[in-house]
Amino acid sequence: MNGAQILLECLVREEVDCFFGYPGGVTLPLYDALYDHPIKHVLVRHEENACFAAEGYARATGKVGVCCATSGPGATNLVTGLVDSMMDSIPIVAITGQVSTKLIGSDAFQEADTFGITRACTKHNYLVKTLAELPKIVHEAFYIASSGRPGPVLIDIPKDVFQATGHYTPVDTIHLPGYKVFTEGHAGQIRRAAQMIWEAERPFVYAGGGVIASGADGELRELVEMVDMPAVCTLMGLGALPSNHPNFVSMPGMHGSYAANMGISNCDLLIALGVRFDDRVTGRLAAFAPNARVIHVDIDPAEIAKNRIPDIPIVGDVKRVLQKLNRNLGEMKGEHGSRNTAPRAAWRQQVRDWAKEHPYDKSRSETEIKPQHLISEIDRLSAGEAIVTTDVGQHQMWTAQLVRFNHPRLWINSGGLGAMGFGLPAAIGAQFARPDKLVFAIVGDGGFQMSIPELGTIASNGLPIKIIVMNNGHLGMVRQWQELFYNNRLSSVRLDCFPDAEKLAGAYGFKGRTIEKPSELADALDIAIKEPGPYLLNVKVTQFENVYPMVPSGGAINEMVLGPPVPVAV
Amino acid sequence: MLQIISVHLENKPGALLRVTGLLSARGYNIESLTVARTLDPELSRMTIVCDIEDRLRAQVIKQMNKLVNVLQATDLTDAPAVNRELLLLRVRSPQESRTAVLKEAEIFGARVVDSSVDGFALEVTGDPEKLDEFIGVMRSYGEIEVSRSGVVGVSLEGKKLKLQPPVLTRAAAKLEEVDGVLNG
Repeated sequence: MNGAQILLECLVREEVDCFFGYPGGVTLPLYDALYDHPIKHVLVRHEENACFAAEGYARATGKVGVCCATSGPGATNLVTGLVDSMMDSIPIVAITGQVSTKLIGSDAFQEADTFGITRACTKHNYLVKTLAELPKIVHEAFYIASSGRPGPVLIDIPKDVFQATGHYTPVDTIHLPGYKVFTEGHAGQIRRAAQMIWEAERPFVYAGGGVIASGADGELRELVEMVDMPAVCTLMGLGALPSNHPNFVSMPGMHGSYAANMGISNCDLLIALGVRFDDRVTGRLAAFAPNARVIHVDIDPAEIAKNRIPDIPIVGDVKRVLQKLNRNLGEMKGEHGSRNTAPRAAWRQQVRDWAKEHPYDKSRSETEIKPQHLISEIDRLSAGEAIVTTDVGQHQMWTAQLVRFNHPRLWINSGGLGAMGFGLPAAIGAQFARPDKLVFAIVGDGGFQMSIPELGTIASNGLPIKIIVMNNGHLGMVRQWQELFYNNRLSSVRLDCFPDAEKLAGAYGFKGRTIEKPSELADALDIAIKEPGPYLLNVKVTQFENVYPMVPSGGAINEMVLGPPVPVAV
Repeated sequence: MLQIISVHLENKPGALLRVTGLLSARGYNIESLTVARTLDPELSRMTIVCDIEDRLRAQVIKQMNKLVNVLQATDLTDAPAVNRELLLLRVRSPQESRTAVLKEAEIFGARVVDSSVDGFALEVTGDPEKLDEFIGVMRSYGEIEVSRSGVVGVSLEGKKLKLQPPVLTRAAAKLEEVDGVLNG
């Protein structure tokens, strides 16, 4: 066997069924080995999208996503995807080719210091120097990527290591003496947390991506129902609690719901689960949950007390911790459960009233398709069951606000990094992972034009992805900020050229259409999802619609701007 | 305020860069850094002196402890610890002050490692403040040139290093599971 075949053997042992990549000079031996290998390789059209697609796969399944690129430009193109998966804690193994060991450092053709470049954007990375160490490194990489707080791991493999011949000796154990994974949580702290929860009059759950990463959605639901308390899911946590759950209060933060932000601002106990108190959630940190004691559960000790010092820190896997917490709560329920029944019922009612007073804007217009109208229609068709991917920006926020998710791993977006061009390739990965699912890629006209090349991947694999372009002719979120904070001086945000969707999709051999009348919307979406193959629907929406509520940068989250200023008659 | 951080890490390519990268990524300047193999040749010990905001100190050490290659990062700043530095100093001294230079060197416990008509090369160890004083004194005798090693520190607390035990690979774990089912 050669190094390439040994690598593939390791991937089989890690249960990789497909991966996303782009070949090149130094990965020729790998692609030769792939020629008659059962693992499916998906040829994307740009390496950045290989990483995004691997992320889509990983986010839709919880399994490790794998991507591959050649040396030099191939490897540097992966960087955005690696940072993205680092920010959102997504398990990725990236394999890059490197020039032969004897050429490293000589400025050889397509050489780049991939190991150095990716050090800061991976959880860990490797430069393989001999074939003998390859299997151990590959298995370590998968273990590191998927355990603890998940993240990307890169393996840089020189061409001569791919070509060297040797035997594959199975690796049974991984020994990383310095790699600490804390899963169980401190029993005493968990007990204190249970007590604090029963003592609270206005408890509030703040659940994030960590709940999904640890598969703790069932435990979260049990917790929320046992104590009967309101819960928000962050942008990364949507789906952790079903959107139609009576205790679910949507998303908190900059464009979060009024009820979510008021709930956080007024609660007396904040139960933070698998979250990192991100600035887009907290707004001005000093004014975030000012009256609350905080229980913070996270698997990463470096997240505890990073932004907010908790009253009860618990380092552990959210699922394991919640199992124990729920057991403790159950045991104490008889003694303490009825203590604050009345104030807690009043609190639940208060949060529901807030939600009723200021729901998200779903207004429609007779003359033009409002973006909220478009997203509401997609929500109607999805009914909480479709996989929905987005890029970053206005369309992402409206989707997070208005689309329901009944399960985890349906909502796939670039949260922490906010990478444009993410949605379409992520949908490719998600559709490969879940061929049974209806997949919507909701993208803006800006982000879509960053990922147009992947229409080729979609077409050649016949992926029935429904691409919905929310086309407002602008880089909408940047335009919104220019309007609100830069005196409406719209600088380089107008996208005045967009391809004809029907012709563009047609050029790739599938169907597309552009609509702009509200009356066409429902039918057009129905046609799109009935189409057995891919479909590109370009929806021209109101150009100058802004996302509300909005917490201005640096503001406290209960100081939301709820809507556009009302024009004053002169 | 300067922090002293001791890092016990695997002796592997790139491990040093991962630790220093955490500091440079946050815009911190490293005042001094020493690193060398420990008794176990697969491990190194590093001592870093760096100016980190008090508020972020614990955070930076947590981030270091998260690195796969790092076995343990410890804050020695306020902990019971001994910190020492080595200084090599060349002083040009005219004939008439040679005796005085040697006297001062003796007071500081410095050793003469080279002597020439121009002056001396001296070697001295001690805590950084003592070396600062020594430099100040020597400067008064003539032109000097110095090379400092940076601080090496050792904690005086007998904390046992906790190493993580090996884990099974996915395939091996699966085999074990099947084995368990077959053999009860």
